[in-house]
Amino acid sequence: MKGHLSLLLVVIPLLAAPVTAALTRARLAWAIAFAVTTACVILAGMQLWAVLNDGIISYELGGWAPPWGIEYRIDELNALVALIISGIAAVTLPYALLSAEQEIPEDKLPLFYSAFLLCFAGLLGITQTGDIFNVFVFLEISSLSSYALISLGQKRQALTSAYQYLIMGTLGATFFLIGVGLIYSVTGTLNMADLAQRLPELTHLKTVHTGFAFIMIGFALKLALFPLHLWLPNAYTYAPTVISVFLAATATKVALYVMLRVLFTVFPEGFVSTTPASELFILSGIAAILSASVYAIYQANVKRLLAYSSVAQIGYMALGIGLASAMGVTAAIIHLFNHALMKGALFMAIGAIIYRVGACRMENIQGLGRQMPWTFGAIVIGGMSLIGVPGTAGFVSKWYLVLAALEQEAWITVAVILLGSLLAVVYMGKIVEALYFRPVEETNVDVKEAPMLLLAPAWVLVIANIYFGLQTEPDRRGG
Amino acid sequence: MDFIIGHYNYWIVIVLMMVGFYTVINRGNLVKKIIGLNIFQVSVFLLYISIGTVSGGAAPIATEGVELYSNPLPHVLILTAIVVGVATTALGLALVVRIKEAYGTIEEDEIHKCDHTL
Repeated sequence: MKGHLSLLLVVIPLLAAPVTAALTRARLAWAIAFAVTTACVILAGMQLWAVLNDGIISYELGGWAPPWGIEYRIDELNALVALIISGIAAVTLPYALLSAEQEIPEDKLPLFYSAFLLCFAGLLGITQTGDIFNVFVFLEISSLSSYALISLGQKRQALTSAYQYLIMGTLGATFFLIGVGLIYSVTGTLNMADLAQRLPELTHLKTVHTGFAFIMIGFALKLALFPLHLWLPNAYTYAPTVISVFLAATATKVALYVMLRVLFTVFPEGFVSTTPASELFILSGIAAILSASVYAIYQANVKRLLAYSSVAQIGYMALGIGLASAMGVTAAIIHLFNHALMKGALFMAIGAIIYRVGACRMENIQGLGRQMPWTFGAIVIGGMSLIGVPGTAGFVSKWYLVLAALEQEAWITVAVILLGSLLAVVYMGKIVEALYFRPVEETNVDVKEAPMLLLAPAWVLVIANIYFGLQTEPDRRGG
Repeated sequence: MDFIIGHYNYWIVIVLMMVGFYTVINRGNLVKKIIGLNIFQVSVFLLYISIGTVSGGAAPIATEGVELYSNPLPHVLILTAIVVGVATTALGLALVVRIKEAYGTIEEDEIHKCDHTL
């Protein structure tokens, strides 16, 4: 059992997906999906525990020794990312019970849960595997299912945004495939650990540099790194709320994980500094923080506002990578974790309002903060974390990021980080102002607090935001 | 000259790649975009197969008296990638059908107009 932990994490959701698809009763499909995600949280927890105690886990698929067979190679970083993904999935599913039932036709629900599990399996697979071609396969599993999930949104724009994401996502994945092919052509291996051993002698080759560039651009598309983020605001706005929660908290995080893995494990130390990658990361990070935050301020649709804010937050992570110091990468990883918590909480709270009023434009939600105090509380604390108020998780990651920038005396970067927080105050302030200080619409006078089943998952994430804001030792989170 | 003729398969890869990529970016028709995406993916398949060739090597099927084989691994990888490509195309076309039902058109600019006149 213990030896097969890393494989079970991927295989259980992958096998459960067709089972739920064959069911006709939505509640039963939900129950299976929930049982699977809960099991995965436990397995991912055990895996992290095992890695922390006994070091790197190497699992040979089918008993074929690497580098010939596919190897699952788990260290602290991917054990942590796997735990984040399963944790978010397990918190999202109780929320899905009410929210998805309202937004998705009853007969589509088993298929919805099936696609959800497939996406979940794909994301876990990306984190677990130690084989770079395997990353591509799992990437496509998770992407294809997420296109289908986004297209289930209520408005017809959901279809066009899913289509747009499909085109951009496939281009990104194919770019990644080209990069992998070029690297394979000079090294003759696909195993990441093996690549790391062979690449140092080959870094002078143009093929390696080209392959590196293709891989980076491919994943920058998946990560929605500025200026390749155009698919993200539409996809998050029109997707069913549950999917906005799940994708915002996991999909971009996994893309970031792959980038970190390729940059710092697969390619040898010092290679990045021979390429313009660091400067580009910092440049696009700065552009993302400034432009996406300003865009967010002018959005009238709250889900779209949060989506633009996600693009800005991805900018912070890019800054962390671009600084290319131990501190910078730590900041990026901590922010990856914290952003999953805060965006998850915020999308869930907005989803609770959508559940009650059926819309999320500023004029629809105004004044509801007084009628839905718990939802409002979740938005305020989630927003504070997004801004980076001390005592919340967002503060910790921004603190590390500022320290990393100060270490290199990158004053402009420091200024941009602080300015980005100010802009976040403005756009979160807009939501809070609409919710609390404006009069309620006449049609919404009778709106009551959201049901417990929607509030509880949101508050689990809110409390996690506070807990990790006070628990500031980075090593606790694998940083 | 030898360089150009000797690498003719790579030139084909580059041409196909650019044709596909340009079609995806330039065409407003959603089906044509998917066709472009397919051409783009196929160019990558050809790239992998070209990489796998060993000069003078036979097809990688175990036969008596043959010592040198081409590398079969890229072939296997591309089989997987073809499956992924087919799945993507199927999903993309399914979305196009749904878009046609919802908007009555599959031209990008007309869809854009529909959403903004609401």
